[in-house]
Amino acid sequence: MLELKNVSFKVIDEEGNEKEILKNVNLKIEDRFVAITGPNGGGKSTLAKIIAGIYPVTSGQIFLDGEDITNKSITERAKMGISFAFQQPVRFKGLTVRDLITLAAGKKISVAEACTYLSEVGLCARDYIDREINASLSGGELKRIEIAMIMARGTKLSVFDEPEAGIDLWSFNNLIRVFEKMHEKINGNIIIISHQERILDIADKIVVVSNGEVTNYGNKEDILPSLLRNENTKFGCVKL
Amino acid sequence: MDAIQKGLLEKVAGLHEIPEGAYNIRANGGLGGRNTTANIDIVSKEDKPGIDIIIKPNTKNESVHIPVIISESGLNEMVYNDFYIGENADVTIVAGCGIHNSGDENSSHDGIHTFHVGKNAKIKYVERHYGEGEGTGARIMNPETVVVIDDGGYMEMETTQIKGIESTVRKTTATIGNDAKLVIRESLMTHGKQFAKTDFTVDLNGENSSANVISRSVAKDESYQEFYSNIRGNNKCVGHTECDAILMDKARVVAIPEISANHIDASLIHEAAIGKIAGEQLIKLMTLGLSEEEAEEQIVNGFLK
Repeated sequence: MLELKNVSFKVIDEEGNEKEILKNVNLKIEDRFVAITGPNGGGKSTLAKIIAGIYPVTSGQIFLDGEDITNKSITERAKMGISFAFQQPVRFKGLTVRDLITLAAGKKISVAEACTYLSEVGLCARDYIDREINASLSGGELKRIEIAMIMARGTKLSVFDEPEAGIDLWSFNNLIRVFEKMHEKINGNIIIISHQERILDIADKIVVVSNGEVTNYGNKEDILPSLLRNENTKFGCVKL
Repeated sequence: MDAIQKGLLEKVAGLHEIPEGAYNIRANGGLGGRNTTANIDIVSKEDKPGIDIIIKPNTKNESVHIPVIISESGLNEMVYNDFYIGENADVTIVAGCGIHNSGDENSSHDGIHTFHVGKNAKIKYVERHYGEGEGTGARIMNPETVVVIDDGGYMEMETTQIKGIESTVRKTTATIGNDAKLVIRESLMTHGKQFAKTDFTVDLNGENSSANVISRSVAKDESYQEFYSNIRGNNKCVGHTECDAILMDKARVVAIPEISANHIDASLIHEAAIGKIAGEQLIKLMTLGLSEEEAEEQIVNGFLK
C-alpha cells in the first residue's frame, strides 16, 4: 500500500518565481489498479516521479506498506519494490534489450525467460532480444520494452507514466490487452497515469489530479461517467 | 611462461593455454612459441624485428594468434609484422599486446602491421591492448596498421584498449579496391592522466568500395583523447565514420572527423558526438535497483562492448 501525506512539490521557474506543482496531496493507494488522470500540466507526471524518488518532496511524507520512504533514494525505493515506467523511454547505445531485461529482473535469467516478457507485450522475442536500445527502435517498440522491464521486475508497486503516449492506434489496442492481462495477473499494485478512456476503464479506482491537487478520487464506476461528461474537470481529451 | 605472462596472454588474446592452429607468441622481445599449419606460414624477418604471416589462397576457417607480452620493465621495442592473405581465404587474426610493468622504467611496444588482403579474401582482425603493473614506469603502445584490400576483399578490424596504457598513438591507413569493404570498430577507454590518439585515413579508391569506421570511447579522470578520421572517396563509393565519446570527471576529448569526396558518386557521412552520460540513463537504471555507480558501470560497459 502506498500513502502520500500532505505532499507538496515546489520549483523555482525561469523568472525566479516559486511555483507549486503539487499542493498538499493526500492519497492512499490500496487497490490493485489505480489510474491517475487529469489535464496536461496538472502534476500527474510529477506525482509519479515523486513516488519513484526521482523528484524529492518539498514537504510531506510518503509511506510504502507503512514504512516512511520520503528520504529514500531512487535505488532504495526500487529495491523496496517500486517500479517506474518512463513516459519517454530512455535510449542506450550498446545496451541491448536482453541486458535491460536482465538488469530489471535483478538476476541472471535465461533467454527463454527474457523472451517470455517480450512476448507478453506483443514483441516477437527472437527479433528483439539482441537489439540495442538505440534510435533504431520506434517509440512504440521502446514503450513495450519499457513495460516488459516492469513485468520482469515483478515488484509490489508498478507506476506507469502515460504508457499510451507516442503509441499508434494499432499498438494501442495491444497495449490495452497487455494492461488487461496485467490486471488479472499482477500480485502488487499498479498506478497508471493516463488520458485514455479505455485504460481508465480497466482501473478499479480513478484519481483526478488537476492544478496540483487531487480533485476527485473514487471507484471507476463513480468517477469515469463524470469525466466523460466533462464535469468537474476542464479537459476534453479522454476519448481516443 | 610465468603467471604474469599467462595473465597477460589471457587479457590480450583470450587464451588460457597455447592456442590451436597457427600462432606466434612474442614474449619480452624474444620468441615465446610458434606453430604453423599447412596453410599458414610464419617466418621471422631477417632485416628487422618482426614476422611475415603468409596465408595460402582459399584457406578457410583458420585462425592465427600473434600476441605480444612484455613483463620486463624498461623494455622498448619496434616490431614489423606483415600479413599476406591469399585470394579467397577466410581467416581470423588475433593480435594484441599486454604490458606488465612493475618497475620504474618505461616499457613500450610499437609496431607496424601491414595487411595485404587478396582478391575476394575475408579477414577478421582483432587487436587488444592492455597494461598493468604497480611500477611507476609508463606503459606505452603505438600501433600502426596499414591495410591494402584488393578487389572484392573484406576486412573487419576490431581494436580495443580498455585499461592501463599511459600513452598511445594509434594510426591506421587503408586503401580499398573495387567492390572491397573495410569495417573498423574501435573501443577505447582512458583513465588517470592517460593520453590516446587515434588517426584513421581511408582511401576508397575502388569502384563500389566502402568503409565504415566506428569509434566509441570513454574518457575518465584527467585523461585526454584525440580522434582524427579522414575518409576519402576517390571513386563511386560509400563511406561512414562515427565517433562517439562519453566524457567523465575532468577528461577531455577532441574529435575531428573529416570526409573528402573526390568523385561525383562518392557518398560519405560523418558523425561525432561527445558528452557525459545522460542523467536520464542513470535514473532509468537506478529505478531498476542499481546504485549510481553500478548504473554508470553498466552504461560504460555496454557502450564499449
